[in-house]
Amino acid sequence: MPIFQDADSPKEDQNAPREVLLPLGESSLDFQRFITSKKFHFSEWLMEKLLLIAGVSSVLIILLIFIFLFKEAVFFFQTGRLLDLIGKWVYDPWDEKTSFKMMWQAVSEIPKYSLIPLLCGSFLVAIPATIISTILGIGSAVYLSEIASAKTREILKPTLELLAGIPTVVIGFFMLAVAASFLQEIFHTQFRLNAFAGSLGVAITTLPIIVTLSEDALRAVPQELRNASLALGASKWQTIWGTALPAAVSGISASVILGFGRALGETMIVVMATGNAALVTGNIFSSVRTMTANIAAELGSVDRGSEHYYALFVVGAVLFTLTFFLNLSSEIVLNKMRRRLRM
Amino acid sequence: MRNEKCEFTEAEEDTFEPKENPILSHEELNSDENAGPSQPESLEKGRIKIRVRNLSLFYGPTQALKQVYMKILRQSVTALIGPSGCGKSTFLRTLNRMNDTIPGVRIEGRVRIDNIDIYGPQINVVALRRVVGMVFQKSNPFPKSIFDNVAYGPRLHRIKSRITLKEIVESSLKKAALWDEVKDRLHQSAMELSGGQQQRLCIARALAVNPEILLMDEPASALDPISTGKIEELIHSLKENYTIIIVTHNMQQAARISDYTAYFYLGSLVEYGTTKKIFTNPERKETEDYVTGRFG
Repeated sequence: MPIFQDADSPKEDQNAPREVLLPLGESSLDFQRFITSKKFHFSEWLMEKLLLIAGVSSVLIILLIFIFLFKEAVFFFQTGRLLDLIGKWVYDPWDEKTSFKMMWQAVSEIPKYSLIPLLCGSFLVAIPATIISTILGIGSAVYLSEIASAKTREILKPTLELLAGIPTVVIGFFMLAVAASFLQEIFHTQFRLNAFAGSLGVAITTLPIIVTLSEDALRAVPQELRNASLALGASKWQTIWGTALPAAVSGISASVILGFGRALGETMIVVMATGNAALVTGNIFSSVRTMTANIAAELGSVDRGSEHYYALFVVGAVLFTLTFFLNLSSEIVLNKMRRRLRM
Repeated sequence: MRNEKCEFTEAEEDTFEPKENPILSHEELNSDENAGPSQPESLEKGRIKIRVRNLSLFYGPTQALKQVYMKILRQSVTALIGPSGCGKSTFLRTLNRMNDTIPGVRIEGRVRIDNIDIYGPQINVVALRRVVGMVFQKSNPFPKSIFDNVAYGPRLHRIKSRITLKEIVESSLKKAALWDEVKDRLHQSAMELSGGQQQRLCIARALAVNPEILLMDEPASALDPISTGKIEELIHSLKENYTIIIVTHNMQQAARISDYTAYFYLGSLVEYGTTKKIFTNPERKETEDYVTGRFG
């Protein structure tokens, strides 16, 4: 029996003149031919290259989006009116005064492209949403990984993952049609659709991200650390608070940052539930317009190549940059944790 | 298994029924405590720290410990030896109830420390674990500074004063023979220490809550010979103040550091006696086979 069987050789070749299938020691010449029988396998080469393309495709896609967004946005910068992105001195015929207006009024006699109300809107939705989902999410993650029995976990975890699968338009519809009126009754707000209603909806979408990633981070904490803490006479709660959470803090922060990025990028819910009034405000119960909602609402009806069109790309580029750096920082924080726990 | 009658007649042990005792073969350790003055000095009543009576432990349907009887003396080193899976680590973990954290564990029998049944209904497990410290096989420092690692236990027990904490950290590290190596870098991460230093840090951390009993689960099995030597020296020096029970796979180590040795096999305590006797003149054939390396 040959010791070295070339994988490519068919079975019936075994009785044919043995070329490269010789066992060691029988013939030094044949052995030499055997170990020097390197071949080029086209199919293997092709497979490798195809997998390489699949592997780098995400990098390529990000790169292409980046180039496309910024290429279009640059046209706006070429007009040289960078100050417009913050505000504009406008003469107001009613007050008979010239004032500095931070407004987004793209379709108007004097178009105004201030990003400030949009940024205001985005953060006014994303920050409360992140706070709500962080509180709920970390609590839920701690419960799932530290306290829940295997059985409870088996039910809760898939339910949470189901939450991530709900189409955002359904959540938006629910907020718009049902929850908004309910919230108005509770808080007696001036506007039925406001940043708070939107942020509650967005919190539903960021919650699964924060829970899943925080729970992963907590489960990555070695059991030995918990045992060490318990053996020192720590209670369960002291072990969670003093050992598990500190060891997982980087992973948890990464999940919160990622959730925040997701909240900034959420579109459908905010289009439907926030009222879409581009106001500069700090009031969480006021109607707001986020960057994403602004693009979604206007880009469909804008003249291609107009100033307005390019201004929308500036908004897109700002949004992209923000979420890009948020995701990058979460990745850095995660790496730090892996190093710390020597994983 | 050989069956040897052994009667317990302690007054405080009224619910205990004398049972056949297959394990206690060494006369010094296995004889009645209330026997006459001919008792060896080591068996004065006050010297017994832990009494284990008829202890059985089940992981679900599997029985991991079978009716173990054992008396462990204070201020001594007791080594638990035996092949993998023989229950010695499980036995160790019953002594500070670390098995409680594993779901599906059932325990029968009694473990008494200073005559208190630690599986009794009034036992505060958290307090018990403070009295019975534990060092694990894999060194497991928290990803915190050296200082915070040692101060973790005292802080759990509401010691907040910085000065007191510093004193505790220093004395614990000194007891663990690590102070000189780390005194200039107490606030660096414990993860930067070498494996042997990490293990001594874990010992210091266990000592910082001032336990009376120290359980060690193969504390040196992952260490190089020099670090192992240091740990062994340390165990020897700690013996004066603590009752040490150590699980080890290394028979030379058991012979070097322990005063008493217990040989476990398949969940049963096969033989228990002074280390000298176990290693030179064991009464049981199985023990002899194991300690001479013919088996296991």
